Amino acid sequence: MNFDDTPEEAAFRAEARAWLDANAPKHLEAELKQSTFGNMGLKSEDPIAAAKAWQKKKQQAGWACLHWPKEYGGRGATPIERVIWGQEEGAYATLGGLFTIGHGMCGPTLMAWASEEHKRKLLPPMASGDEVWCQLFSEPAGGSDLAGLRTRAEQAKDGSGDWIINGQKIWTSGAQNSDYGILITRTDPNVPKHKGLTMFWLSMKSPGVEIRPIKQANGQSGFNEVYFTDVRIPDDQRLGAVGQGWTVSLTTLMNERLSIGSGMPTGFPELFDYCMELELEDGPAIDNPMVRSRLAQYAVKASGLKYTGMRAISALSKGETPGPENSIGKLVAGASMQELAMFALDLQGQAGVLLDPKHAEAASRFQAMLLRSPATRVEGGTDEILRNIIAERVLGLPGDVRVDKDVPFKDIPTSGRSA
Amino acid sequence: MNFDFSDDQKQLRDQMRRYLTDRCPSSAVRAILEGPEPYDRELYKGLGEMGFLGAAIPEEYGGVGLGHLELCVLAEELGRVNAPVPVDSSIFVAAEFLLAAGSEAQKQVWLPKLASGEAVGTYAQAEGAGRVTAKSIKASVSGGKLSGVKVPVADGDSADLAIVAARAGGDERSISLYLVDLNGPGVSRETVENIDPTRSQAKITFDGAPAELLGESGQGLRIAADVLDRAAVLTAFLQVGGSDRALEMARDYALERMAFGRQIASFQAIKHMLADMYVAATLARSNAYYGAWALSTNSSELPVAAATARVSAIQAFQHCAKNNIQVHGGMGFTWAFDCHLFYRRANNLALSLGSQTTWEDLLIERMRRRNDAAA
Repeated sequence: MNFDDTPEEAAFRAEARAWLDANAPKHLEAELKQSTFGNMGLKSEDPIAAAKAWQKKKQQAGWACLHWPKEYGGRGATPIERVIWGQEEGAYATLGGLFTIGHGMCGPTLMAWASEEHKRKLLPPMASGDEVWCQLFSEPAGGSDLAGLRTRAEQAKDGSGDWIINGQKIWTSGAQNSDYGILITRTDPNVPKHKGLTMFWLSMKSPGVEIRPIKQANGQSGFNEVYFTDVRIPDDQRLGAVGQGWTVSLTTLMNERLSIGSGMPTGFPELFDYCMELELEDGPAIDNPMVRSRLAQYAVKASGLKYTGMRAISALSKGETPGPENSIGKLVAGASMQELAMFALDLQGQAGVLLDPKHAEAASRFQAMLLRSPATRVEGGTDEILRNIIAERVLGLPGDVRVDKDVPFKDIPTSGRSA
Repeated sequence: MNFDFSDDQKQLRDQMRRYLTDRCPSSAVRAILEGPEPYDRELYKGLGEMGFLGAAIPEEYGGVGLGHLELCVLAEELGRVNAPVPVDSSIFVAAEFLLAAGSEAQKQVWLPKLASGEAVGTYAQAEGAGRVTAKSIKASVSGGKLSGVKVPVADGDSADLAIVAARAGGDERSISLYLVDLNGPGVSRETVENIDPTRSQAKITFDGAPAELLGESGQGLRIAADVLDRAAVLTAFLQVGGSDRALEMARDYALERMAFGRQIASFQAIKHMLADMYVAATLARSNAYYGAWALSTNSSELPVAAATARVSAIQAFQHCAKNNIQVHGGMGFTWAFDCHLFYRRANNLALSLGSQTTWEDLLIERMRRRNDAAA
């Protein structure tokens, strides 16, 4: 039992480190390290331009999309090499947030389902950051129950084979910065819900696409609503067969849970540092038994997640598939951070209410966590969906009774209130 | 990176599991629960003969000299079956005391007997309720004779050897450790009923019992802190094994039990409870691995890693044991079902090396020291 690199891993790490040392945007390092959860973004430079510049530089040197094949702009690296790169890239990786959805989900979906011609056309500019992608899945009526989505795709009556899209998506991360998206639609409302779906890719500049930022509960706008009004998509941009959209979406969602679930922040290091500095009426907060007890609760969760990750990395290092342990990541981190933020504010007393960083404690980092953390427990699978996944896929418990399973989509009730 | 047990260690785990399936079924645990014996002597002797007890004891002291990682995988298996044996008192604690602080002669006398299971050792520190500190220890040694009352002492009714924390010459700031032969003069003891009858607890009264200094005089609590860290990691594996088994019992029952025309495992209330048990057990396992790594490499991280492993393991086993009863419903509260064995053991182990709040306090104090050292 050890944390040592194999000789191959050590060589790869040294190569990555040397390249980063010579090429990373070091003038941004301090600022990137200070950005905290729920309070991201560069102030000194345009974050989009900085992100694109870093991505381009990486791609030209062969350090972008490590897990992708070389012919599509990646490196063809092993899973363990991808992990090592992530460890070495460190704070600079936060610049890559703009590309997370594209590289983690859209790219793998295209690789599995697009034509070879389209893969060669679309993937390299995605890898280099020249083109940004988003995923158009969730809808007002289709969140956890994604297959309940209502955006319609109907074949054009002009014989062109094109599809005409009408409907609305919601919670689309980064749509306002995206050039392309992958879109799941309903093509047949007369069959049960999972069977009538079809997936496409499209240009976000297509006529009839309208993007409206959502003002979130925390005041920021990272997500969007996207409206489709008679948007035309050629049939060759279809991913998978007509009616096969659910299967295609699973490719994407499996990748979503993998990428969002790894290395989630818990806020513990920040809280520990804060308690080292904070003076309570009877001395340093870190010496207070109640504070210590609470800190210990968060410490063992943060540690447990860290070493659960190490176990998964060890499996990768041996060329094995990691076990299901990593499925606990977001479930633990999300709820833990929310509780931790409330506790940090409680320690601040009445001043915990202040958000203005000029007046607030710890540059209002815990207030930012408080206001952002509800979203963590929802996005990429709610806590409840994640528990279902653990129960069903890890523990082997039965799936839910699905009352709408064999019902044509158009006959599924849409309101809980009786008429 | 290889943050996992080796194939050989996993094979040893499989071997131990097969052995315990045969030698420690539920009926064996119940024999101790309901009978007069303080522990399963046959099983314990067998564990000694198989070399399991001596896994981390060097060969020159009668052990097998494998190492602590091997002891960790063995502990996990013992935890899974609630083995009614004094392995934690005797091997995780007493043997570690001797290895850490014993003189050559003390090691030669006692370690072979502990490794074979012929003798049982224990650590006597508590004197009633509350956290053990230099102040709480009133037992005292003068002129090589120990007097005082220790309660509770795990396995104190059947142990042959006690390591006793006592004041040296009546000075309350100076706690030392002493070896006491519990079969010798000046020792009287009685079994005290406890929440986990598959593991016994005793009150021991020392009245001028011959006591031999273990380790440096006045360094008792410092030595004990180091040894209890090592024991905390090993005990965490007992708890991890117990957590997993309690979760499996709950899952199996939920799949079997029908209510409202369905398997109760199909209700989200049950599924989510089981998912949360899995989460707690997984966090505890990963933290226990961290402790095992620190223990086996004598890392300077051990104080933090041990406290982390201990707090996490206490939480997980209590969580899994109590919700195992909950999933079983009324049947879980019957004597006949094994749920209460895990519930009892979880709450016993939660206290055995010092309570959760004590270890939470230690954890943060140690993280703070590590932080100060790094600064």
